[in-house]
Amino acid sequence: MNLEEYKGVYVFAQQVDNCINSIAFELIGKGKDLAEALGTEVTAVLVGSGVKGLADELAEYGADKVIVVDDPELKEYRTEPYAHALASVIEKYKPEIFLVGATAIGRDLGPRVSARIHTGLTADCTQLEIGDFPLNPVPGKEQKHNQLLMTRPAFGGNTIATIACPDFRPQMATVRPGVMQKRERKAGVKANVEEFNPGFTPDHKYVEILEVVKAVSNTVDIMDAKILVSGGRGMGGPENFKMLEDLAEVLGGQVSCSRAVVDAGWKPKDLQVGQTGKTVRPNVYFAIGISGAIQHLAGMEESDIIIAINKDETAPIFDVADYGVVGDLNKIVPALTEKLRTELAKNN
Amino acid sequence: MKVVVCIKQVPDTKGGVKFNPDGTLDRAAMMTIMNPDDKAGLEAALRLKDQYGAEVTVLTMGLPKAEDVLREAIAMGADKGVLVTDRVLGGADTWATSQTLAGALRNMEYDLIITGRQAIDGDTAQVGPQISEHLNIPVISYAQKLTIEGDSVVVERQYDDRYHVLKAKMPCLITALAELNEPRYMTPGGIFDACKAEITVWGRADLKDVEDSNLGLKGSPTQIAKASDKVRKGAGEKVTLDPGESVDYIVGKLKEKHVI
Repeated sequence: MNLEEYKGVYVFAQQVDNCINSIAFELIGKGKDLAEALGTEVTAVLVGSGVKGLADELAEYGADKVIVVDDPELKEYRTEPYAHALASVIEKYKPEIFLVGATAIGRDLGPRVSARIHTGLTADCTQLEIGDFPLNPVPGKEQKHNQLLMTRPAFGGNTIATIACPDFRPQMATVRPGVMQKRERKAGVKANVEEFNPGFTPDHKYVEILEVVKAVSNTVDIMDAKILVSGGRGMGGPENFKMLEDLAEVLGGQVSCSRAVVDAGWKPKDLQVGQTGKTVRPNVYFAIGISGAIQHLAGMEESDIIIAINKDETAPIFDVADYGVVGDLNKIVPALTEKLRTELAKNN
Repeated sequence: MKVVVCIKQVPDTKGGVKFNPDGTLDRAAMMTIMNPDDKAGLEAALRLKDQYGAEVTVLTMGLPKAEDVLREAIAMGADKGVLVTDRVLGGADTWATSQTLAGALRNMEYDLIITGRQAIDGDTAQVGPQISEHLNIPVISYAQKLTIEGDSVVVERQYDDRYHVLKAKMPCLITALAELNEPRYMTPGGIFDACKAEITVWGRADLKDVEDSNLGLKGSPTQIAKASDKVRKGAGEKVTLDPGESVDYIVGKLKEKHVI
């Protein structure tokens, strides 16, 4: 493998139902930082059926080039045709870095692609930068420059590790949604589009889609919320979430929850914050009746302001809370909602 | 029908993580468990055994003491255990791990391979899909429900806002979510069987069609630049007040920070 042949930062622009997922813009944003450090460009790879019209949106968020792989076989996500699309793009264009979102799609697609083209893949990265590997010179070992240094949590968020892939290309990473910053959208920018179709011939690896069942949810994605009111096992039961909904409504926020709440069947999975749920960074995160397992903290500790209410003063949530209140949530939350309602009415 | 379940012995991070003075993980001081997603995968296989008489083999890679997790699986009802252990396989990343397991699986008969979605120590979710790629078979990740229809599997595959009902011809590989089922307990009879069960132990020489350059630390494309404890933001204020004062305190802070 001649590593010098590999140039450019590529990102997988995930779309579902011909709507681009926010992670695509986050990857372009981070990709721009990396590309600037390397003196190269960011290319978004858009895969689907009838998706060419979405290319300009990727350009508006900063993609210098968009490769469109458009084929009827790519209408719904399936591992094999999508893996074939990305592996073919990599073989043809030889990128030095390839980023994929650590979504339920990307965490399936990334490993299949990296195994096909024989390169390393670092999962669920929360930080990416260009630097030297090894970080400091080691006698008898070549120190390589301009390497992608990929940082990720491990052991349930207890440790962080920085990983490099010095001898294989592209350097691949899946990146946790909600962590990287998008660039500001520049309306009207037109994409520099290149169409590419490697050919899709169904074989034994193409699974058959019998049915697509969409969850009925009319709430806004919790990852986009500025204020989250999050409940845990301490809420005591699904009926008590009404309290949180009232508080969220007064503040113009959304309700989210911990894993225990999803496991108990009180709330659906798409409201779950944490290692196996979503990573959120709202302006204000209320952790109510949430003890703060390390897996939960991993999904919310980057929030600007964390306010915790819990009757257990030793709960680990207080270790990350900016403002911790030890007390009975059943008394505090309704009173807080009322007080805020009055205060906000005064402002108007 | 033959089912192979890949399982991993992992440190129990729920009980807290212990570190050596040098900052590395003190594995010896931590309890080990069968990885939760893998256990759900094993339970799914055991239900196929109950329903269709499937033969269930559990496969793991690790240190010799990983034999314990195979015996636990046999005590739950698995028929056979295979341990792949060899010094030259140590330090493997997901690429080298999946190459090792694929090398072992080439020596085994299977209609269905089940792995957990991810292990709680690494959380990568990569090894299952990578094994399927090396074996050139279809993969369905994130399975929340699994049934058999003739020579195919029908699986509910979970996404963020939906699920797909997918059908794949066997042989294929499924990665299981812990939500798939409630794993059964070991039985007294099973524990008795597990004690006397012969565990098959394989080394490097027993792996089929795998190059040395794809195994162990040397065969791992990813390398660790550094590892450290996570630095947390640290606690802010903590107050214990009566409910009315608590409300005033929170409202005061929201005003101070210009949230309201």
